[in-house]
Amino acid sequence: MKAYKKYVSFFRLRFNMGLQYRAAAISGAITQILWGLIECLTFRAFQQTDPSVYPMTFSATVSYIWLREAFFSAFSTWQTDGEIFDSIMDGGIAYELCRPVSIYDMWFAKTTAGRLSVATLRSIPLLTVAFLLPKPFRMALPASPKHFLLFVLTLFLGLGVTVAFCMFTYILAFFTISPQGLRMMFTSMVDFLSGAIIPLPFMPGGVRTFLELLPFAGMFNVPLRIYSSDLSGAEMLRGIGLQCFWLVTLLLLGKVLCRAAEKKIVVQGG
Amino acid sequence: MITMEHVYKSYRVAKRNAGMKAACKSLFRREKEIIQALSDVSFTIQDGEMVGYIGPNGAGKSSTIKILSGILTPESGTCLVDGRIPWKNRKEHVRQIGVVFGQRSQLWWDVPVIDSFELLKDIYAVSPNEYRNNIEELTELLHLQELLKMPTRQLSLGQRMRCEIAASLLHSPRILFLDEPTIGLDAVSKLAVREFILRLNREHKTTVLLTTHDMQDIEALTRRIILIGRGRVLMDGTLEDMCRLAAEHGTTTVRQPGQIETGRTTVEKTDSTDAGKQCQTDLKGLAGEKVFVDGEPGQSDESLERIVAALYQKLDIV
Repeated sequence: MKAYKKYVSFFRLRFNMGLQYRAAAISGAITQILWGLIECLTFRAFQQTDPSVYPMTFSATVSYIWLREAFFSAFSTWQTDGEIFDSIMDGGIAYELCRPVSIYDMWFAKTTAGRLSVATLRSIPLLTVAFLLPKPFRMALPASPKHFLLFVLTLFLGLGVTVAFCMFTYILAFFTISPQGLRMMFTSMVDFLSGAIIPLPFMPGGVRTFLELLPFAGMFNVPLRIYSSDLSGAEMLRGIGLQCFWLVTLLLLGKVLCRAAEKKIVVQGG
Repeated sequence: MITMEHVYKSYRVAKRNAGMKAACKSLFRREKEIIQALSDVSFTIQDGEMVGYIGPNGAGKSSTIKILSGILTPESGTCLVDGRIPWKNRKEHVRQIGVVFGQRSQLWWDVPVIDSFELLKDIYAVSPNEYRNNIEELTELLHLQELLKMPTRQLSLGQRMRCEIAASLLHSPRILFLDEPTIGLDAVSKLAVREFILRLNREHKTTVLLTTHDMQDIEALTRRIILIGRGRVLMDGTLEDMCRLAAEHGTTTVRQPGQIETGRTTVEKTDSTDAGKQCQTDLKGLAGEKVFVDGEPGQSDESLERIVAALYQKLDIV
């Protein structure tokens, strides 16, 4: 446990740092409330066109949308830590390599903390508004206390999967001159495959089954659907199992790749 | 003790000509050139020594520091720092050393300096007692009282550099690598930094390897100089040795202690304790015209700089 104290410290410092950007949090929250409203209206239109083919309850969709907006900054692959890319690009990583820390673990702690701090700041005003909105756009309470606990657990698992995936964009930046291209590709790919644009239940049968096996489904698809019990029983257990599987797999792969990158590293600049 | 033996390191550099055509061509085929950063570098530094590592830009100074601090792996050669191979067990190794890169920052930009220090304390697992003592001492010697609570982004370069140096010493390393620690600093900050390094070396017997382009740093701090150019060690000796080397290359000649002769003019040295000071240099034959550097006190450092510049040119390492 003592060996992990330094990573906890990285986490704490980065978390505290994230909390000081108040203006960004306010503008972010406002943007996302508006965005959430647009999404609610869109799905409302879907549902009213033909309720019989609508794959979720509308209330579950609304909860999904608001939770997605509330924790947007925790799960968006677009929100990578610029500092880490900069340190690889300009050679600032030299200092990080001079520390008795594992680069992978340190970046993992930093990224998780950065995401959580921004999400914490934004989710409070956002969820407050979502709970006060008139029906049918009002966010519902969790299906049951059990569902709420499972939601929290899988939310953290999902965050782990997301960060473990983002670690690849950092590590691959060691091998390319600029990370922008990879970032763009990853972002648009993940946005679609994880259900950020359209929740996965809206995908056609075969595609849906396939997507639910990928690591991207383990990001926020699982916790957000558990919250409103859209996902329950055996299907839920399978979702949690896949989350654990992908978390461990991505972590191991990332660590191996990171070690290889460190070996052949070229520190850029003077 | 630090030993480097026959260390080689090269980089692959993608090269192309200017212009659109060359840029398009390089999309398909990149011409890679191998740049030899270090070739056959060997030296030994004893415990408690303070060594100046000089050479022109691109000579391989930073590469050496990066190898010694375990960041880079050389192609061949051996390197031992207190019995450890730096790149083999990086984490074990870096616990025992301190590094300052003058051109980079290790402090977190948006938080007060003290937060960065606390983080470093946890990273190096410094005991609370040791941490308190070190902070107290460093704060006093580097005048940090006012700075610790300020966010790094609001510090001036000189203030920040003092904090950077303190940050590298919180875990009481026995070896300190300083890569251009005085770059861009004003006179007052430079003096403060120099005085501190001297004191650190004297009182804690910290081994210091310092790279710099500022010859005043060298004069003030180090007895021993290692001169490197195009990846090779060209000289390992004292400041006087360097003046002698310059003389051999027709820049200046030293006839006897206290006297430095230039290509044409012989000048008496009035102060024999400080070689390099008050020497007069004739750079004829280097730049093609006669340049006199007056040996007045106060201008002496400029002349030392000229000797070094002339030497770099003569050795064809610029």
